Amino acid sequence: MSVRVQTEDFDIGAEIAALRKGNAKIGAIASFIGLVRDINEGDDVSVMTLEHYPGMTEKALDGIVAQAKARWDIYDATVVHRVGRLLPLEQIVLVVVSSAHRGDAFAACEFLMDYLKTQAPFWKKEDTAKGARWVDARESDDAAAARWKKV
Amino acid sequence: MIKILYFARIKEALGVAQESIDRPSGANDVAALTAWLRQRGAAWQAELAPGKALRVAVNQALVGMDATIKDGDEIAYFPPVTGG
Repeated sequence: MSVRVQTEDFDIGAEIAALRKGNAKIGAIASFIGLVRDINEGDDVSVMTLEHYPGMTEKALDGIVAQAKARWDIYDATVVHRVGRLLPLEQIVLVVVSSAHRGDAFAACEFLMDYLKTQAPFWKKEDTAKGARWVDARESDDAAAARWKKV
Repeated sequence: MIKILYFARIKEALGVAQESIDRPSGANDVAALTAWLRQRGAAWQAELAPGKALRVAVNQALVGMDATIKDGDEIAYFPPVTGG
């Protein structure tokens, strides 16, 4: 398992290569990348700044990956989340999951993102023409995370 | 002593990122500590108001208002998270 919080960008090709290296039992890799958009709630966004809680962030992500491993038949997972000042078009977050088959890889990847968004201590602030503002949490994210409890 | 951390919107509104204080007498759980902090002034009352969207972690794990607090603990206050 690899969980990292960093200011630097990431390379999905390198991350996938590292995750699957030498393991011929892996039949499926699922991945997700979150990106900075130049618009949110109707306003142009020029800069996105990400703050986090050092220490707790890593613990929370480790815990979420452990839950995914306990629940689905996956080999491993990589989570990389950037912090600091990001511009539109930049990458924010990466989740990669390896498994024997696609079903578990897809499900675990989506679960990891849904739980990351509602449980890992990151906060986004965006600069707009109207000034800087903290992004509000969305009920739709809570609903997305909650549906995994029913399955 | 206890360590208290504040993040994001709450940190900005209160003008403090972290502090170490003697645990107030009677502050045996998150609810009691939060009530004590609210007495510091208008900004504190507003940011830590009951019913306000507020998350609390003790020793880096999310907890409810009934979580116990003891000397040496690290308590953090922050808004609902918005990463990803």
